[in-house]
Amino acid sequence: MNIIVCIKQVPNTMNVQIDPETGRLKRDGVESIINPFDEYAIEAAVRVKEKIGGKVIAITMGPPQAESALREAISKGADEAVLVSDRAFGGADTLATSYALSSAIKFIGNYDIVICGRQASDGDTGQVGPGIAEMLDIPHIAYVKKIESIDDKSIKVERMMEDGYDLIESPIPVLLTVVKEINTPRVASLKGKMAAKKAVVKTLTAADIEADTKRTGLNGSPTQVMKIFVPTQRTGGEKFSGEAKEIAAALVKKLSGVGVI
Amino acid sequence: MVMDYRLSEEEQMMVETARTIAVKKMKPLREHYDEREEFPWEIVKEFAQADLCGAYIPEEYGGFGKGIMGLVLVVEELCKVDGAIALSLAATALGTLPILISGSEEQKKKYLPDIASGKKLAAFGLTEAGAGSDATGMDTTAVKDGDYYVLNGTKCFITNGGDAEVYTIFAKTNPGRGARGISCFIVEKGTPGFEFGKKEKKMGIRASSTRELIFTNCKVHKDQLLGKEGHGLMIAQATLDNSRPGVAAQALGIATGALDEAVEYARKRVQFGQSIASFQAIQHMLAEMATEVEAARALLYASARMIDSGIVKRTSKESAMAKLFCSEVAMKVTTNAVQIFGGYGYTREYPVEKMMRDAKITTLYEGTSQIQKNEIALNLIKESAAKSK
Repeated sequence: MNIIVCIKQVPNTMNVQIDPETGRLKRDGVESIINPFDEYAIEAAVRVKEKIGGKVIAITMGPPQAESALREAISKGADEAVLVSDRAFGGADTLATSYALSSAIKFIGNYDIVICGRQASDGDTGQVGPGIAEMLDIPHIAYVKKIESIDDKSIKVERMMEDGYDLIESPIPVLLTVVKEINTPRVASLKGKMAAKKAVVKTLTAADIEADTKRTGLNGSPTQVMKIFVPTQRTGGEKFSGEAKEIAAALVKKLSGVGVI
Repeated sequence: MVMDYRLSEEEQMMVETARTIAVKKMKPLREHYDEREEFPWEIVKEFAQADLCGAYIPEEYGGFGKGIMGLVLVVEELCKVDGAIALSLAATALGTLPILISGSEEQKKKYLPDIASGKKLAAFGLTEAGAGSDATGMDTTAVKDGDYYVLNGTKCFITNGGDAEVYTIFAKTNPGRGARGISCFIVEKGTPGFEFGKKEKKMGIRASSTRELIFTNCKVHKDQLLGKEGHGLMIAQATLDNSRPGVAAQALGIATGALDEAVEYARKRVQFGQSIASFQAIQHMLAEMATEVEAARALLYASARMIDSGIVKRTSKESAMAKLFCSEVAMKVTTNAVQIFGGYGYTREYPVEKMMRDAKITTLYEGTSQIQKNEIALNLIKESAAKSK
């Protein structure tokens, strides 16, 4: 079974800073990590491999430095790594990203399952996984919390819903996006880290994967970011204390004072 | 800042891996295992998965091949968080060393790969009720009977006892020959006549199991004899030369963990309107603790490197020095950490009381501090005598 895991390198912070001049994420001085949701995708892929055999290929689209995320994926059990990197891919929105990744996956070929994290912690769209599936013309199941069973023809999974889960069976090939409930990612092993150090990461350019550059990067991105801003922090507000009657009176006075009532 | 001990890239890799497991996997469960005195199988699986179990086992047997220094670095890093859970791995090393030191190629091939992968744990069976520091006082016997040896006797205080699969057991094959009448055997769990006795209730290292091993007409094939008949005590001594740095590493890890807790607490704890870290009384305590911990580390790493270099045959003196110093520092530093925490340090709300309880064992097992001093002095005198010849 050949499993492709799509990962993304993201800044390691919950508090993303945005440069007001350029409207871009401030990445200086912020460590880069594998998108936390993708860690579950890697683990899910490696577990399938360990159970029924096969090979796990980690793939990412990004600048040359994204190679470190791929090496980390190898340290956690992936067998091969592919970096999809080209100036032509720069500035891609989710549509152009889905196109580039799906073109790379077609180029790699011979895959049975594609696994992605449910969304990236920086962009938070959750669109790329399903986007890739559409362009590959294969079914996808999003929000997978458990792989019930799998063989070379079909897969049965639990899809997490707000009020329980759906049990879904799909033919293979299929694309899954996984939620954190699916597993606990392993700590990279020593032998994994050694393998990661020695691994040769294959780089694929737009020309390699015969991507139509009208559909990649900024050219292929219908999404235009008009403006980006950091929401102003809410202040603590004002607290009234005392007896209920006093509080009510103070509140009314305050609200009418600012012209709300 | 960490002092630069010129660790190789692979050594740093081991430290980072051990730290990740310690912080992510062990820390959330350390109170649980201490309170319940359960064997930490869940964490052992993590050690195995991350390849930590084979840190010191040669690569040809499936290990990471980083020698005693590798073992020391892993044990130290794990023990910064918990000195008891890590013992499953450290005591396995103690039980495995006799095989590494004197096992035949067949014995090594049979046992080391499963130990390196973490599939099996090991234990070392030397101590008996009447034979602690004086191993020659043991009562366990192994009587040759055709292709077999028949073992009878009871071992006590065996770390990993009951949970390990592979045991290196010392027994008298020739009771009349004293120190030269002891042999070492590999005995597998499940061998008929091999049972487990009572589990000790201990002051510290409560996540580690300590049990009696009871042998009643236990038949062990002669292929399970390690080295030659009568070489048992020499194997035990060579094992301790290699394993005592492991105890020292446990002590050093616990001490480092306690120091870190004490510094952090002192900065945050406010009395008389200021952080207690601003008081010189506390500062001097912390300064002494930090200096002793670093000195202990330097001595231990130097001893471990000396063992791995293989330049000298025996490192009894250096191993004993590392174990003596690190364990005494651990006791002092953990006691002072509790002191800095004051009354809070005495409660189970904070980890330092456990660290103090766990530290104590390091001055006791694999030879008390007093025995280490005997070993050091004996070797000093021997070395001097050899020079003046």
